[in-house]
Amino acid sequence: MLALPYGSGRRGVMLVHFVAGIGRAVIAFVVTTGRLARFAGNGLYHCAAPPIYPLLIGRQMLSIGYFSLPVVGLTAVFTGMVLALQVYVGSSRFNAESAVATIVVIGITRELGPVLAGLMVAGRVGAAMAAEIGTMRVTEQIDALVTLSTNPFKYLVAPRLIAGTLMLPALVFVADIIGVLGGFLIGTGRLDFNGGTYLKNTFDFLETIDVVSGLVKAAVFGFIVSLMGCYNGFHSAGGAAGVGRATTNSVVSASVLILAADYIITELFFAK
Amino acid sequence: MNAPAPSPKISLRDVHRAFGAKVVLAGVDLDLAAGESLVIIGGSGTGKSVLLKCILGLLRPECGSIKIDGAEMVGIRAAERERVVRKIGMLFQGAALFDSLTVWENVAFGLVQAHGMSRRAARAVAATTLAKVGLGADVMELRPAALSGGMKKRVALARAIATRPEIIFFDEPTTGLDPIMGDVINDLVVSCVRDLGAAALSITHDMASARKIADRVAMLHGGKIIWSGPVAAIDHSDNPYVDQFIHGYAQGPIQMEVLAP
Ligand SMILES: Nc1ncnc2c1ncn2[C@@H]1O[C@H](COP(=O)(O)OP(=O)(O)OP(=O)(O)O)[C@@H](O)[C@H]1O
Ligand SMILES: [Mg+2]
Repeated sequence: MLALPYGSGRRGVMLVHFVAGIGRAVIAFVVTTGRLARFAGNGLYHCAAPPIYPLLIGRQMLSIGYFSLPVVGLTAVFTGMVLALQVYVGSSRFNAESAVATIVVIGITRELGPVLAGLMVAGRVGAAMAAEIGTMRVTEQIDALVTLSTNPFKYLVAPRLIAGTLMLPALVFVADIIGVLGGFLIGTGRLDFNGGTYLKNTFDFLETIDVVSGLVKAAVFGFIVSLMGCYNGFHSAGGAAGVGRATTNSVVSASVLILAADYIITELFFAK
Repeated sequence: MNAPAPSPKISLRDVHRAFGAKVVLAGVDLDLAAGESLVIIGGSGTGKSVLLKCILGLLRPECGSIKIDGAEMVGIRAAERERVVRKIGMLFQGAALFDSLTVWENVAFGLVQAHGMSRRAARAVAATTLAKVGLGADVMELRPAALSGGMKKRVALARAIATRPEIIFFDEPTTGLDPIMGDVINDLVVSCVRDLGAAALSITHDMASARKIADRVAMLHGGKIIWSGPVAAIDHSDNPYVDQFIHGYAQGPIQMEVLAP
């Protein structure tokens, strides 16, 4: 037993339990972070080392990129529309309505396009990855891969990491265009802007860095989504309930990591 | 008892493995000679499947030595292990078919991935291998989800032997099959050993099957191999555990944990 500094009454015991609980949580966090880092490193290594499976990468790109277009497109168009309305409310309070187009395009390209696309893809694709790989884990299909001389990291993880990192920027680029279009529709249809002026305001003040920083974010988010989907699926255990937990964890952890990474990348690109 | 062959294909010494507080393997010693068919028997939950997974490197033993063709597998580098494990074909107890691939793609998987065979050639090999386990061309394009339990088992068997591995593990090859198909599979296991010259390590609860396919039988109980000997000797092993097991008596030294209401 631990020697307590004063007495060993109930309060002291509770304090020890409390501190031990914190300690356990911290240790669990460090262990998980270490495991995740090793998993990511392993995955990246197998992205580069042959053999590469172009067919599997292509299939994942299709599933992540093409089949996510509808949901990401819808998210983008409504976000663009809402943004135009809200920015109009704010800017009209100091007679700066002409800023609407510029703020919409910067808001979409720098921030809302990548973040919302990342979150939607985490829900759509990351969850599917965790469920698929998790099922393969609990039905011993991953073990079977190994016995057939196929490295599961190469066969399952690397194609998803590559496809996620490449396709999310492409998706976000499309989302940027659709989002600006949404703003344009509201700007001209609802807020009585002249179409030509709106577009001129959109592009005159847009800088390359706005779009590029958004696409960099998208690549990082795509990596995060695939990584969390694969990691949670790979480490699932305990049958159907375990796969369910893995799926939930993949979405929650990817979403939180996306928002944290978003802040870090924004800070890196931020020049005062 | 047989003296171990000069250079065993697989050699286990003092292999230990536990899950939490539950000790499953507590010092297993086992040798598998080239061209030999060894059957492991033992009660349900004694760790037979765990033993195979330890040899394959799918589970890490806590201590002990596992050698395949003389190469130590415990603590080996991943890339090296991949090269050695390539020699082994494995039939999983639960089939473990890839459910995103068709039946023939499952069987051809090792040929295409590990041996670099073209899909067309691999498909032809898959068809002949499936025929050996009694499955016709009509199942080739089906997904595993559309198969019965026994059919899945046979597809998994075809997948395990398609690459003609030097060592084959069969985890309960005849469970879930009707008696006639069971006997076909017994013959197939025997022919893998006799014609391909493979070393086979099988697990079964079916004593008729064990008598047919085994050169040697080993019994796993309490985390150790408590008896091993030629198949002809199991009827007079003088080992009460073996006697009880092969006759399936409820009374004897092996206590089944049946909780009466
Ligand atoms: N991943 C695991 N986690 C925890 N315990 C496990 C795990 N795998 C196996 N066990 C335990 O190890 C023991 C042996 O399991 P194993 O699957 O090897 O049994 P078996 O001898 O193959 O039985 P059967 O003949 O029924 O297939 C069981 O008690 C099981 O509960
Ligand atoms: Mg078993």
